[in-house]
Amino acid sequence: MLRRLAHELIEANQGAEGLVLVGIQTRGLPLAQRLARLIGEIEGTEVPCGALDVTLYRDDLGRRAPKSLHATDVPVDVTGRTVVLVDDVLYTGRTIRAALDALNELGRPDRIRLVVLVDRGHRELPIRADHVGKNLPTAYDDRIRVLVEETDGQDAVVSEEVPA
Amino acid sequence: MTQQPRHASSPAADAATTPATTPATTPATTPATTPATSTATSTATATRVAPLHHLLGIDDLDAAQVVHILDTAEQLLPIATRERNTVPTLRGKVVCNLFLEDSTRTRISFDLAAKRLSAEVLNFSAKGSSVSKGESFKDTALTLDAMGVDCVVVRSGSSGAPRQLARYLDVPIMNAGDGWHQHPTQALLDVFTMRRHLGDLAGRRVVIVGDLLHSRVARSEVQALNLVGAQVSVVAPPTLLPPEVERWGVEVVPSLDDALPDADVVYLLRVQRERMHRAFFPSTREYQRLWGMDGRRLRQLKDHAIVMHPGPMNRGVEITGEVADSDQSVITEQVTNGIAVRMACLYLLLAAPAVDEEAGR
Repeated sequence: MLRRLAHELIEANQGAEGLVLVGIQTRGLPLAQRLARLIGEIEGTEVPCGALDVTLYRDDLGRRAPKSLHATDVPVDVTGRTVVLVDDVLYTGRTIRAALDALNELGRPDRIRLVVLVDRGHRELPIRADHVGKNLPTAYDDRIRVLVEETDGQDAVVSEEVPA
Repeated sequence: MTQQPRHASSPAADAATTPATTPATTPATTPATTPATSTATSTATATRVAPLHHLLGIDDLDAAQVVHILDTAEQLLPIATRERNTVPTLRGKVVCNLFLEDSTRTRISFDLAAKRLSAEVLNFSAKGSSVSKGESFKDTALTLDAMGVDCVVVRSGSSGAPRQLARYLDVPIMNAGDGWHQHPTQALLDVFTMRRHLGDLAGRRVVIVGDLLHSRVARSEVQALNLVGAQVSVVAPPTLLPPEVERWGVEVVPSLDDALPDADVVYLLRVQRERMHRAFFPSTREYQRLWGMDGRRLRQLKDHAIVMHPGPMNRGVEITGEVADSDQSVITEQVTNGIAVRMACLYLLLAAPAVDEEAGR
């Protein structure tokens, strides 16, 4: 699935030129790294990859326990580049809104694309992904977790119903 | 709690290596957390840390909370020092700096920390305010409450004033130094600075030199260092050692020269002339000779050892210019780190919900 997404990205961008992949902490980061590696292999080049923590830009602070902060580290200047935001699950869209604000602090990209592994619907903001690994219909209260080998020891998408 | 798996699909980076997963089972590598907690609990830092309600003293914190504050500060430091150094996190929150004792440096540091998080800052100092007109501490507190502040940072000459304030108000209180009692953010920023230079502090040797009797910095510092597992030695004129200082969990070393070769950190306390109403040591020159850090003593230190001072320094008394300006001195770094650590404390206190209503994504 990631390989397909990598090909889609290359096609949309007509190559790997000017791309920088930015994974949203925490599960977006390993996905971005893998995509960068795949694109690099396919195109025979190095694709820069960074990490973005959006916690400080969220609009739900004070509504839930503060999350642990993680590193924001984008190795190249994003100004003038095509930034590909990568996240595991697209849901309300609020994380992506925060990510757009956070990116704005780092520079002025030429364009920003969004890649998600799973789109589970229930958007609360006018945000959509440019490339989706899998559309997964869910109930609003379900919990969808993407597990990745790097942090969870396995690759999986897990859906849980919240007990009433 | 029963969670019913409904659907599982492999994201198939390479389908061949993807293990056949049983949905809703905890992955093998994560510690056996209670399956009831359905938030993703795989990262090491996600182990539950008790939420902060106030920051009154280091003695209220446990080791996990200290580490959590330092880890948070670590992520905030690059933000505090980058070109666009403000994040919108605390927009609309009002932080009141209630400074009943003068302290320009600490106030400015808190001021900047709050502003970097986009909070509004009210500065309320004793001079020229209702306090100088005889308003009681309690009435001042109630006034601030009525004005709707979201957090009070309090500096006071009276030990225990912040705790008193926490009883009057429902908002988080941060202690910015109270009497001889506590100065928790100073201790946290110092431990943060040490950790950045030395890594894990367990087993490291920190030598604290000077006026331990009047020093709230020393009191907080020793508690914080004990929490992270560092070994603390103290060196001071006997008149400036608190009674039963051994109960703090420190080793008393009679001479500075004996303490230096083993030190990873030398922490010089300020000679607080304003708190010394009688003669605790014969003369400034005598202090400098016996307990001051000079170039000769600097050369007795290990190469990686660092020299720290909470500021403001008395050059020529507890520290010479040569030491203060040397490569091993991290005194200006302490000031920079102070902003990140205070940002971390403000974030953890103010971004928390009043009632814990954590939901899923």
